[in-house]
Amino acid sequence: MTAALTAATVEANEGEAEGARRRSRFAWVLLAPGLAYLVLFFVAPVAVLLLFSFYERVPGGAVGQTTPAFRIANYTEAIAEYAPQFGRSFLFALIATVLTLAIGYPLAYVIAVRARNRPLLQGLMLVMVIAPFFTSFILRTIAWKQILADESAVVAVLKAVAILPEGARLTATPFAVVAGLTYNFLPFMVLPLYANLERLDIRLIEAGADLYASPLSTFRHVTLPLTMPGIVSGSLLTFIPAAGDYVNSALLGTTGTSMIGNVIDARFFRVVDYPTASALSVILMVAILVLVGWYVRRAGTDDLL
Amino acid sequence: MTPPERDLELVGITKRFGEFTAVDEVSLVMPSGSFFALLGPSGCGKTTMLRMIAGLETPTAGRVLIGGRDVTTTKAHERPVNTVFQSYALFPHLDVAENVAFGLRRRRERDVDARVAAALELVELGAMAGRKPTRLSGGQQQRVALARAVVNNPAVLLLDEPLGALDLKLRRQMQVELKRIQNEVGLTFVHVTHDQEEAMTMADTVAVMNAGRIEQLGPPQELYDLPRTAFVANFLGRSNLVPGTVVDGGDVLGIDAGGVRMQLPASRAAVSEGEVLVGIRPEKVRLLTDDAAPEPGATVLGPGTVEDVSFCGVSTEYIVRVPGVGPLVVFAQNLAADVPVARGDEVRLTWSPRHAFALPGESTTPAADVADEAPRPAVVAR
Repeated sequence: MTAALTAATVEANEGEAEGARRRSRFAWVLLAPGLAYLVLFFVAPVAVLLLFSFYERVPGGAVGQTTPAFRIANYTEAIAEYAPQFGRSFLFALIATVLTLAIGYPLAYVIAVRARNRPLLQGLMLVMVIAPFFTSFILRTIAWKQILADESAVVAVLKAVAILPEGARLTATPFAVVAGLTYNFLPFMVLPLYANLERLDIRLIEAGADLYASPLSTFRHVTLPLTMPGIVSGSLLTFIPAAGDYVNSALLGTTGTSMIGNVIDARFFRVVDYPTASALSVILMVAILVLVGWYVRRAGTDDLL
Repeated sequence: MTPPERDLELVGITKRFGEFTAVDEVSLVMPSGSFFALLGPSGCGKTTMLRMIAGLETPTAGRVLIGGRDVTTTKAHERPVNTVFQSYALFPHLDVAENVAFGLRRRRERDVDARVAAALELVELGAMAGRKPTRLSGGQQQRVALARAVVNNPAVLLLDEPLGALDLKLRRQMQVELKRIQNEVGLTFVHVTHDQEEAMTMADTVAVMNAGRIEQLGPPQELYDLPRTAFVANFLGRSNLVPGTVVDGGDVLGIDAGGVRMQLPASRAAVSEGEVLVGIRPEKVRLLTDDAAPEPGATVLGPGTVEDVSFCGVSTEYIVRVPGVGPLVVFAQNLAADVPVARGDEVRLTWSPRHAFALPGESTTPAADVADEAPRPAVVAR
């Protein structure tokens, strides 16, 4: 009798374990397409990229001809030759990120907090932020070319009020590239900030005022720390693609403003120098990874979530 | 204990939101060191009044004075006032100690750590200093909010229904705690609540608010014993209100209520002529079974029919319908000697005139209640 009961229990337990196994197998089936996609289109290409970055070009060979090798000099040469472009990429991306934050934070604050009780106005403003996505990135950047062109109204006005000296121009300058980057990545800053500020509890701001904090002090000690996750994700979404961007520099700048993206583009598709282009890509990835890691740790957002 | 120059005074304070008047020309003085309760139903303007004292809302008219200084236009962060918010509004990104230290740090005060520790000790949360508020229970969060306000030693401490989110048992416990803390720190507490029991057990002075105005203000016993309006009579405890007409003036008023003659001292009447509502608390009414004789000079009603009997443990609640007057509620202590009264019995009701009170008769709501056929007429339970 007891033995029978025990046997039944064991059987039930086994059945349960079997069920758990089946469930976990089912989870793998669900994950499979995503994993396959990642392996095929991310892991494998990165591995190939890494491999190619150590290959050697064949001197005097056909265009793009390489031989397998382990040539670390690819990296040192790439850094030595393209240090200015790397520096420019990170500098432009940094300036654009700071500018999008400076423009985007007040904008997101107005939409998320000030317009909170007016859903219609709030919706309208959000649409205005997102609307540019309905036209192509390239087209919008070309439009900026027109806006900043020598004969444009903007330049005429700036010259009239003597902000821009006679003979100076906006197009083909670092200013134009940074302006293009800032414009193009602004929504990537505004949307995460909006999502964060939208959840901001106004009563905490009142509590700050009640506890002797001036509006500025309340912002610094309450609002800002509480919106840090939005600031971090917004600046990552801006900085990372901006550092690798080559469209803005290609359309709005000159060779003097070229960023690392332009160099990689040229090395891959015009010079067909795969080892150098691969090495540059790997350097860019690692550099961004290091910067982002340092930034996230510095901002201490893991503590906030 | 605290200097008298920290009295809080409101002069003709008014707040309108568009067409709606939330607070209507309220004037009052809250003496320094008192425990003051603003009691009223939701939407009566009590929270708006609190927010105007805190500086979170600008009055449409009137002035706010703290210690004689006009602070009407002073910004919230410059007022010597702190609030315990209904939602507690603890900063989620700061730990308990930093939440409590917030006000001190903003004012760049000295001995922050020691004062924070003392405040946390006061609310018995010394061990929780390093925790984030989200990891505390509701009662603990409430006490952190209290410590965060008390630590600043404000002239006035505002409490906006601070116990509203707690369960009954914890609420009773916190009422005692709050009272103890108020005694200990000696600050002026202004406590907003819709719970009449909370207001009566905790406050020295209760202001009953209705529709943006203060209906009556005074010590809880006084308000309970001698309400001046039908609203107070029914919001603070329960009352039987019987409409009648004053027929005799003088020191003792004679009132005719549906053919029954009642008396009460003129000092206990809000009006001394015309239509009045005679009020009597249910526990002041005695049931007389057929042979018992009333006390000399007592008001006697009936006989009436017992319509309902509810046993409540320490007392029993009877509803007695008296012809020509309507149903009245009686609370009788369950004493050993009492003769049991059952539903359908004929009884007379009696009370001493010194327990009765008279209110202006034209008041609409209580009169309607008396005429009502509902099982609990003349009474609005809180």
